[in-house]
Amino acid sequence: MTDQVPTLEVVDLATHFFTKAGIVKAVDGVSFSVGAGEVVGLVGESGSGKTVTGFSIVGLVDPPGKVVSGSIRLKGEDLVHANAERLREIRGNQVAMIFQDPMMTLNPVLRIDTQMIEAVRAHRELNRAAAREIARNALGQVGIPSPNERLKAYPHQLSGGMRQRVAIAIAFVNKPDLIIADEPTTALDVTIQAQIIHEAQTLCRQTGTALIWITHDLAVVAGLADRICVMYAGRIVEAGPSDDVLDRPMHPYTAGLIGSVPTHNKRGERLRQIPGMTPSLLNLPPGCAFRSRCANAQSNCQQTPDETTPFDGRRLRCHHPMTAIERQP
Amino acid sequence: MTAFVIRRLLQSAVVVFVMSLIVFFGVNVVGDPVDMLINPEADQEDIERAIRALGLDRPIGEQYFYFVKGALSGDFGRSFIFGEPALKLVLQRMPATFELAFTALVMAIVFGIPLGLYAGLRPNALSSKTIMAGSILGFSLPTFWVGLMLIMVFAVMLGWLPATGRGEVATILGISSSLFTLDGLSHILLPAFNLALLKISLVIRLTRAGTREAIYQDYIKFARAKGLSENRIIFVHLLKNILIPVVTVLGLEFGNLVAFSVVTETIFAWPGMGKLLIDSIQQLDRPVIVAYLIVIVLLFVLINLIVDVLYSVLDPRVRIGESQT
Amino acid sequence: MTTTANQDPEIAPTELAGQFQSPFRRFVSDFFESWVATVAFALFLVIVFGALFAPLISPQDPYDLAQVDVMESRLPPGSMSYQGYTFLLGTDGAGRDLFSAILYGLRISLSVGVVSGIIAMIIGSSVGLTAAYCGGRVEALIMRIVDLQLSFPAILIALMLLAVFGKGVDKIMIALVTVQWAYYARTVRSTAIVERQKEYVEAARCLGLSHKRVLFHHILPNCLAPLIVVVTVQTAHAIALEATLSFLGVGLPQTEPSLGLLISNGFEYMLSGRYWISFFPGIALLLTIVSINLVGDQLRDVLNPRLQR
Ligand SMILES: Nc1ncnc2c1ncn2[C@@H]1O[C@H](COP(=O)(O)OP(=O)(O)OP(=O)(O)O)[C@@H](O)[C@H]1O
Ligand code: SF4
Ligand SMILES: [Mg+2]
Repeated sequence: MTDQVPTLEVVDLATHFFTKAGIVKAVDGVSFSVGAGEVVGLVGESGSGKTVTGFSIVGLVDPPGKVVSGSIRLKGEDLVHANAERLREIRGNQVAMIFQDPMMTLNPVLRIDTQMIEAVRAHRELNRAAAREIARNALGQVGIPSPNERLKAYPHQLSGGMRQRVAIAIAFVNKPDLIIADEPTTALDVTIQAQIIHEAQTLCRQTGTALIWITHDLAVVAGLADRICVMYAGRIVEAGPSDDVLDRPMHPYTAGLIGSVPTHNKRGERLRQIPGMTPSLLNLPPGCAFRSRCANAQSNCQQTPDETTPFDGRRLRCHHPMTAIERQP
Repeated sequence: MTAFVIRRLLQSAVVVFVMSLIVFFGVNVVGDPVDMLINPEADQEDIERAIRALGLDRPIGEQYFYFVKGALSGDFGRSFIFGEPALKLVLQRMPATFELAFTALVMAIVFGIPLGLYAGLRPNALSSKTIMAGSILGFSLPTFWVGLMLIMVFAVMLGWLPATGRGEVATILGISSSLFTLDGLSHILLPAFNLALLKISLVIRLTRAGTREAIYQDYIKFARAKGLSENRIIFVHLLKNILIPVVTVLGLEFGNLVAFSVVTETIFAWPGMGKLLIDSIQQLDRPVIVAYLIVIVLLFVLINLIVDVLYSVLDPRVRIGESQT
Repeated sequence: MTTTANQDPEIAPTELAGQFQSPFRRFVSDFFESWVATVAFALFLVIVFGALFAPLISPQDPYDLAQVDVMESRLPPGSMSYQGYTFLLGTDGAGRDLFSAILYGLRISLSVGVVSGIIAMIIGSSVGLTAAYCGGRVEALIMRIVDLQLSFPAILIALMLLAVFGKGVDKIMIALVTVQWAYYARTVRSTAIVERQKEYVEAARCLGLSHKRVLFHHILPNCLAPLIVVVTVQTAHAIALEATLSFLGVGLPQTEPSLGLLISNGFEYMLSGRYWISFFPGIALLLTIVSINLVGDQLRDVLNPRLQR
């Protein structure tokens, strides 16, 4: 796979919001790649820039936001400089996205069939009946019972889990090369969450679709992703194969995230929270953004740490990585 | 759904009852019913006879009963001026007013929605700001003065359009309307635009506000993420969401247009109910005034009812919510 | 006002500085931030000034028969009078200087609008407060009436009343008050209800403060901001409505020549091309309404806590 062109390659992506109050560097120098059939987990706290990264890839950053530098290549094709019509062709066809909140993603006044059929017909010259058949099959694939009836429903007649499945079905309906799933399960309860994750994973393995799974919940990606990218304040601070990163976190922030996952703690022990809050990305000062919350911080953390490669396949942005001893609870 | 309609019908009946009380007591308690209902030029003997005929010597409760009874059978007395039944006069003038109000409504939609949509989609463009400034002006301009200015510019100075009257009327499929003749159309253009101006401004504002709000909704972004064309996103996903509240408001505004046509009809000498009302007030033709008021109250109640039902048909969320209860 | 959707409420630097200003100073500086509002406010002051000092400013007392010459009727703007001054805006059908007539007309229009507004505010606020204070059935009944009235257009209700009462200054005042009170009642009630539920009112009650004190020191001051906004909007409405009714001939009598009547009187000369007799009073009316509306718009933006940046 290494000598092939990856499905998606993002290099040094920076997306800034030019607000009245100042520049918000929501994404600031993010690089990663996803190969065919691979699942990459993009993990980070709320406000770390995960969603903005996803929207940057599909060219849907709302003004006053703008991709200011970097490159995004889909199977070698430049997406940053692609024209609007080409981007439209790609969206929903080669790259699909599933949104955070299933309650809001479907248009409340259009029936499910309308919303699915149009997704098919936007990219393929098919008559309505054929498109409808494809839509019906897609609903069946994501485990929706009696798809014929569901097609005639309006979104508010479906539960949150059902709606998210519809959204997933829409994402898969044109067999895209890449799916960006933006916390598709956070709004749902745990059992449905597990089902949906399982379904998405199976579909990807079957079709060879690359998957970016955005979440703030390490436990979710642990069993799902091949590789993990940990984001903090618009940067990827640590990346590597899932098991590797989870077993041997090197960035203090990653270690903190792992410490706050319930299953990782002994029973009766209190959950460890990372103290402090995500800094405001508005006019963020230079230096490591995590230093106000970091136990390892020293004076040179006032300078922004460069990305290093401590091992093969691992990337890190930290002046004072965690050692094996520190990781012991 | 049926339960919903029945409940709304009952509510409407209460409103009509209350309004009939108000009109009745307005005429009988505040105003002098003898003044109100009897030709002021009648002599003493006539007045005595009329008082007895109208039952004005009876207790007030009984009087109300007769008032309602008369009203129910469509009897509001005869016009002092025309000598014809008051209700008939009002109803005769109704088509002209409806035609005017309907045309204004269409104008409000045809001008208001595209302009509002444009202003909402490109909020910072100079043209959008001009549209919005225009709509603020449209709200502030008194209707009657705009009417005068329209006459001055288009009828007097440019001589393009006639200033007064309804023009030729033609009958198609049993409906008589001046909309079917060229002459009629040229006559209705100015008054309808005059009447529509306020509503155009309203629709522009509603549509713009709706667009601004909807454009940031996830479902619009999701539609983009599906790779839909911009046209489909705007004209199906966006517009359908905006249209529901706009249409509801506009439906309610139809009654408002009928009420406001009083002003426009007076300026453009349009032979509708509104002009009849003003003429009747000035000539103290009270039976016609009472008939007009009752008719318009009924009209309002009816419009509210229809709009409510229509709304529940249009908006799937409301529709389902009702059928479940 | 710009829409800033999807934006996190980041702390704006001015916010901190603003906290140390007195609320009134802050209000004033916020208000004049918009040049449109500033111009509108200045215009409004000029109009009020013109109306107040009409006898001093106008070259002629248009209703003193000795000063008016019928021979000078319908002169176009800029004509010279026999007395030697210029008819800036021309003369009307009776030979009155239109500029003077407009100033005098403004006095009538403004006073009818403002006085009816104040009366409606007093009545409406009292009713709204009563509703909020009593709650229960009283409140439900009052709000039903308010809703019922607001479902009919103002002009219809006014016409209804004038049809019953006939015309006259007192009659049109009654009509304008009747049309407006419901807006005040609704506004005050909705604010008062929010205040009613707030803890400090509870606390004040527990302290054994009298109803009167709670009302005047706690509830009313909080209703002030929304009331001010409604007052401006409603005054503009009232002025426009009076003009309309007077134009239709069912409002003020000829002895009280408001702007609406001036316009109405000029109507008959319109078709012969003597536009100015209706045109200029209309412009005066328009400027009055627009300036009040713009001031009201800005007040709403500044006073609305949700919109405060
Ligand atoms: N339209 C916008 N205008 C200004 N700033 C924005 C805008 N959209 C996002 N941001 C900023 O970008 C940063 C990253 O936002 P993003 O939505 O990507 O976070 P996230 O990691 O997806 O968080 P969450 O887990 O809450 O979804 C936030 O700090 C936010 O303030
Ligand atoms: S660079 Fe310094 S402050 Fe940042 S995470 Fe590493 S040790 Fe902590
Ligand atoms: Mg997000």
